[in-house]
Amino acid sequence: MRTNVLEDLDEIVKKVPDKIAFADDHTSYSFKDIYEHSGSIATKLAEDGFYKEPVLIFMKKSPEEIASFFGVIRSGCYYVPIDEEMPVTRISLIIENCKARAMIIDESTKEAAGRLAYEGRIYSYEEMLGTSVNLKTLTSIREKAIDTDPIYIVFTSGSTGVPKGVCACHRSVLDYIEQLSDVLGFNEDTVFGNQSPLYFDACLKEVYPTIRYGATTYLIPHELFTFPKKIVEYLNDKKINTICWVVSALTIISSFKTFDSIKPEYLHTIAFGSEVFPIKQYRLWRAALPDATFTNLYGPTEGTGMSCYYRVAKDHVFEDHDVIPIGRPFKNTEVMLIKPDNTLARDGEEGEITLRGTCVTLGYYNNPEKTKEAFVQNPLNTAYPEIVYKTGDIGKRDADGNLIFVSRKDYQIKHMGHRIELGEIESNVNLLEEIKMSGCIYDDQKGKIVLYYVGDISAGEVTGRLKEMLPRYMLPNKIRQLNEMPFTANGKIDRKQLKNMYLNA
Amino acid sequence: MKEKLLEILNDLHEDIDFETEKDLVARKILDSFDVVTLVNEICDEFDIEITADEMMPENFKDLDSMLSLIQSKVDED
Repeated sequence: MRTNVLEDLDEIVKKVPDKIAFADDHTSYSFKDIYEHSGSIATKLAEDGFYKEPVLIFMKKSPEEIASFFGVIRSGCYYVPIDEEMPVTRISLIIENCKARAMIIDESTKEAAGRLAYEGRIYSYEEMLGTSVNLKTLTSIREKAIDTDPIYIVFTSGSTGVPKGVCACHRSVLDYIEQLSDVLGFNEDTVFGNQSPLYFDACLKEVYPTIRYGATTYLIPHELFTFPKKIVEYLNDKKINTICWVVSALTIISSFKTFDSIKPEYLHTIAFGSEVFPIKQYRLWRAALPDATFTNLYGPTEGTGMSCYYRVAKDHVFEDHDVIPIGRPFKNTEVMLIKPDNTLARDGEEGEITLRGTCVTLGYYNNPEKTKEAFVQNPLNTAYPEIVYKTGDIGKRDADGNLIFVSRKDYQIKHMGHRIELGEIESNVNLLEEIKMSGCIYDDQKGKIVLYYVGDISAGEVTGRLKEMLPRYMLPNKIRQLNEMPFTANGKIDRKQLKNMYLNA
Repeated sequence: MKEKLLEILNDLHEDIDFETEKDLVARKILDSFDVVTLVNEICDEFDIEITADEMMPENFKDLDSMLSLIQSKVDED
């Protein structure tokens, strides 16, 4: 039985040492490169006394960053990837939360790292590679490793304005990779085209199966997603056959008649998730690639990547208003639909999607309060401790037993594939001195975050200041000033009223 | 036409002066998903259709390039 993700790396480097593992426009790393560079990084960290603790990785998205991930794991620590475009205030909140004593940077982040009030050790990636690998040290670290030790912390939006760090262990990642690979049929011939950033769990889909099967992952330059034809040209140029993308990336291609002039030639496996795939867009993709497999994936970061899947049958005819189901849980994961009275929903009843199994992560790092709210004792089991994760998503099962997503319990939204708490945007807006109050709503038809505020400050100024506090994808798309904020009878900001105002404007 | 386009652009980024900015794409002011939102709104507003062939960096680098793209599409109709 595998107990450590590094076993995959050990095996694959013997099997296909010179095959390309990860590549972007600048760098191409073979499995041997990943093995050797991660060995140097791990040795350096171990020699300097870092062990079983978080290590920040503040690098641009690159094969080098992935080598750093493995370096941190081999040192017995766990990696905390930071978005290169994240504003300083948000990075500071993350550092404050995980209290990491070490950070790995590259040339591109050197300046930004210097602006952080960070007192820990800062390592340059390039310099770390000069360390000669001490296999004896690394072997002794590995001998002490346990499969419930953490691998990474990734940060997700928190409604109070402070991001939450989801911490996952070897065992959860191994289980996820096993089930996902089984469902999507990954093997040594798989050529991934990665779209998702490396600072989210979404990239687990490419990073770990690549190491397990000796596949290849191309990190697609972010800029290409602006120009649909260029993405397809890239897919063809690299002979990419497998993509796991957010829905908005897929619709960028299909919605501009890209397939009329160019089609992906090698693509046979398409997985999508994070948002609802509009039927119209799905049909365009299916028509362009009639023999490919299309799989809808669903799952929260707290359940280690994805937890459910639905393979869309080739001949399935959807009506315009149909929604593609989220399907069934992966093997070794149970989805319980729990009603407010803590009993199971039956016969099409709605309930909160609750995950049970190895996929449930360790919890929110250094945050027992938030952890306690969502990682709870299984309400159906009073006999022994068993933690399940309450997703906050409301779902039901259709007549065929497939899960259907119904709604959110709270104000969390999915915007361009990103999970965002509207409360986090409001908390940051409210930090601006001139702001008296603010309320955010989401236009899910057009995919726009709309901010209403009361205060003596222009909308342009609000945007400018927010850019220093929030990542780009969390910035409101429309900002409207109000003289008065509408309130509910209970004195809360009336989001329904705001939405009506927006829709009637 | 210029006013309408400016309105759409300012809605996207209220803090940018689009009349003077000359390198929206290379300076990464327009993010990938921005361009998609932008194109959708332009198509709605001016009742034109922009296809993948026209979604190229040179057509979105500044206000003038966008205006001439829109003008050419309007003329086609």
